[in-house]
Amino acid sequence: MAIEHIMDPALSRIPEGKLADKWTNYKAHQKLVNPANKRKLDIIVVGSGLAGGAAAATLGEMGFKVKCFCIQDSPRRAHSIAAQGGINAAKNYQNDGDSVYRLFYDTIKGGDYRAREANVYRLAEVSNNIIDQCVAQGVPFAREYGGTLANRSFGGAQVSRTFYAKGQTGQQLLLGAYSSLNRQIEKGNVTMYARREMLDVVLIKDKEGVERARGIICRNLVTGELERYSAHAVIVATGGYGNAYFLSTNAMSCNGGAAIQIYHKGAMFANPCYAQIHPTCIPVHGDIQSKLTLMSESLRNDGRIWVPKKLEDAKRLQRGEIRGHQIPEEDRDYYLERRYPAFGNLVPRDVASRAAKERCDKGYGVNGTGLAVFLDFSDAIKRLGKDVVADKYGNLFQMYQKITDDNPYETPMMIYPAIHYTMGGIWVDYELMTSVKGLFCAGEANFSDHGANRLGASALMQGLADGYFVLPYTLQNYLADQIQVPRFSTDLPEFKEAEDAIKAKIQKIMAVQGSRTVDSIHKELGHIMWEHVGMGRTKAGLEEGLKKLGEIRKTFWKEVYVPGEANTLNTELDKAIRLLDFIEIGELMARDALHREESCGGHFREEHQTEEGEAKRDDKNFMYVGCWKYMGEGKEPELYKEMLDYQEIKVQTRNYKS
Amino acid sequence: MGKESFLNVNVKVWRQRGPKEKGEFKTYRVEHVSTEMSFFEMMDTLNEQLINKHEEPIVFDHDCREGICGTCSLYINGRPHGIDDAITTCQLHMRKFKNEETITVEPWRSAGFPVIRDLMVDRSAFDKIQQAGGYTSINCGAAQDANAILISKVDADEAMDSASCIGCGACVAACKNGSAMLFVSAKVSQFALLPQGKVEAARRAKAMVARMDELGFGNCTNTRACEMECPKSVKISNIARLNREFIKAKLAD
Ligand SMILES: Cc1cc2nc3c(=O)[nH]c(=O)nc-3n(C[C@H](O)[C@H](O)[C@H](O)COP(=O)(O)OP(=O)(O)OC[C@H]3O[C@@H](n4cnc5c(N)ncnc54)[C@H](O)[C@@H]3O)c2cc1C
Ligand code: SF4
Ligand code: FES
Repeated sequence: MAIEHIMDPALSRIPEGKLADKWTNYKAHQKLVNPANKRKLDIIVVGSGLAGGAAAATLGEMGFKVKCFCIQDSPRRAHSIAAQGGINAAKNYQNDGDSVYRLFYDTIKGGDYRAREANVYRLAEVSNNIIDQCVAQGVPFAREYGGTLANRSFGGAQVSRTFYAKGQTGQQLLLGAYSSLNRQIEKGNVTMYARREMLDVVLIKDKEGVERARGIICRNLVTGELERYSAHAVIVATGGYGNAYFLSTNAMSCNGGAAIQIYHKGAMFANPCYAQIHPTCIPVHGDIQSKLTLMSESLRNDGRIWVPKKLEDAKRLQRGEIRGHQIPEEDRDYYLERRYPAFGNLVPRDVASRAAKERCDKGYGVNGTGLAVFLDFSDAIKRLGKDVVADKYGNLFQMYQKITDDNPYETPMMIYPAIHYTMGGIWVDYELMTSVKGLFCAGEANFSDHGANRLGASALMQGLADGYFVLPYTLQNYLADQIQVPRFSTDLPEFKEAEDAIKAKIQKIMAVQGSRTVDSIHKELGHIMWEHVGMGRTKAGLEEGLKKLGEIRKTFWKEVYVPGEANTLNTELDKAIRLLDFIEIGELMARDALHREESCGGHFREEHQTEEGEAKRDDKNFMYVGCWKYMGEGKEPELYKEMLDYQEIKVQTRNYKS
Repeated sequence: MGKESFLNVNVKVWRQRGPKEKGEFKTYRVEHVSTEMSFFEMMDTLNEQLINKHEEPIVFDHDCREGICGTCSLYINGRPHGIDDAITTCQLHMRKFKNEETITVEPWRSAGFPVIRDLMVDRSAFDKIQQAGGYTSINCGAAQDANAILISKVDADEAMDSASCIGCGACVAACKNGSAMLFVSAKVSQFALLPQGKVEAARRAKAMVARMDELGFGNCTNTRACEMECPKSVKISNIARLNREFIKAKLAD
């Protein structure tokens, strides 16, 4: 068992006052930096997704000198680009009873009462500003004929509060942030460093001996050289770590590297075990598969999920003797509508995923592998007509057809759950500062706001809230004390030390010269993670998983083979460095999952379920954020519990049935 | 799902160490390729073969592998993004190829996109064009209520179609003049169609075209090759709109 501590509540730095007043009070009393001083202060933003891109652009607009980094060849290609469905906001444009409070409440409930009230309330509060900001940037959201903005519904909500731009909402929001970023690059306030990968943060002690984040070390992915950058503060907005499972809906370069680096330097890692498994992804086709494709949750607005009622029909589907549309209506089991009449096909993701697994485990899967269920649009096409359905979902249908060679207008789609999003991440206080001074963390990379399960269309909201509306305030509050601090030289010994350590690590990786490719080891890691730290977790399974993860680390150090040289472009080396960090994340996830003896949100422990197979939370013992503190290589991390104290919301069992 | 079968293919790939070095084609054989695989999964298989023989893998750009990030950029059998219509390279599947086929794979070839290594090119010129004016000049926090601006569904949808450009560069690679007009016009059109963007439309068109010229992209002579190869079906009518805005700007000078 890990050594456990109760975290001092003061560390969360939640402002005084009533929940609804906290953020207003904070802004009214925070410290500011005047324009002349802003020019003298440098900020590093690692990541150009919604969180990083929005933060870099806005801090640039305010007059700070910003250095922004991304792995891709352009900031426009950050993984946020792939988000399809939409972004939530409490505008209540549909007059269906929405409000800031309701969005706050739905998010806390959706997160299974494992998120921090004050942060979530602020998120709901600024959600409306996000929509205003994006429209002003020229984001072409969908509109009604009258010219007003259109909305759709997403899982876990009974109101229609999701704004969208066809099935390309993330793309349009990111291009909006990218356009603001470009404006600041042109003005010289932001310098962009693309094709760079952060490999460590540099901490420097101030006069009082307090360590503060003052820079980063990057690998230039084109030249292979290590580069040093300094600043007064560092923001890490590097996205989620779902690729620990190898197969996920994330892009190929998504990684958990920066999170692990700063964890090693003292930032705590919170709730690593909360990973979201998205119910509607295109099923796996074979061993060589490189990634999984999401079919947006918005499809559940009109698509109905089902499997056959009769086992013999399922068997025939599995053998390819019949197709879905040949099964008559009365022989179909719309299991979500059956089990959860109030929310039907729009139950939250964790609930929908487990229900699909339950049916497939019982033998009702509908494809050759037995690991798929139907998502059927025939009713919607009958009700609305093919044109309306095409207008809403056309590009998603096209995407599906390109991949599977099946036409979803004629035969139901096949879908299965896949790893999609990580709620866990770097622990931050109310100001989004990590446990290291001057080191901030935003977007999917931090743990805040979504508790144990994220609702659809809320990640885009959180990324942009952090970037446009939270960090620009809280960074000023931090930097107001730093105006006397001159710019840092990258010749300082702290930079050299960090760079030397990376050099040594890279040399060690290159020197293994084993017989296995990076991907082959990563795939093995993925299998271990899916099997032992996947949708249904058990004590025995997790313990075995941890053992296997230890072995895979040994495999890496004995058998990995990286061709080519270190000091040049080397895509295999890029992947090898990330893989090592994924192994460590895997261990953290398993450790956290093992200690959390309850089921909540995306974390389902088979020992803790009701007779009907629903998740059973244990609020008495586990109503806290589990934060892991690194204690050194080969040592067990220690657990710090941030106790959750719900003042505004009455904690209940999640009920999507009635 | 379609019926799975297996192919053997010969992949003729452009290999080039660096921007200044000479490149050449090399042919590799990949066997037992499932028709359910994506083109990139076939390339992954090939790279695994190479690494296992202690050769360096073929370098190519890719990330989302679902047709939205615009990173992938291969010229396959003489066409940007390969032989299917309205897709990116990463959406191309092996069921489109025949058994024993020789597949020719090249990088984007254009003065504006120098080769970095093998099939990876430098498209940073596209960012520079956007920096010249691809935005509305508004600071965060200064926006009015989103529904205060009414926009007709027709205009919003048309702006969305223009905005769906993924910045892949296939239009440039397809163009015999190496022109970036389709890419530039997509952004100019998106904003020109919306009230928020109209204010700066003419100035924007002029600045972005000037930057494009500076960066060595060619002129548009209306061959329409760009439109045919664009994975997002961005229409050439955007170029007409760009020209209108451009003339407005010139007249105002
Ligand atoms: C397919 C898909 C669909 C989705 N759909 C929706 C949706 O409809 N609604 C919704 O709300 N959410 C959706 N999500 C979730 C949402 O898109 C993400 O959670 C969110 O966009 C993450 O934004 P981010 O800015 O935190 O990170 P990202 O967009 O992932 O950006 C990370 C950035 O960090 C950079 N980076 C990473 N590591 C390093 C490093 N070591 N050094 C330098 N740079 C680094 C990357 O280059 C990139 O620029 C979806 C996710 C996926 C995968
Ligand atoms: S216009 Fe089309 S081809 Fe050109 S960059 Fe945009 S998406 Fe690619
Ligand atoms: S890899 Fe993203 S569009 Fe092809």
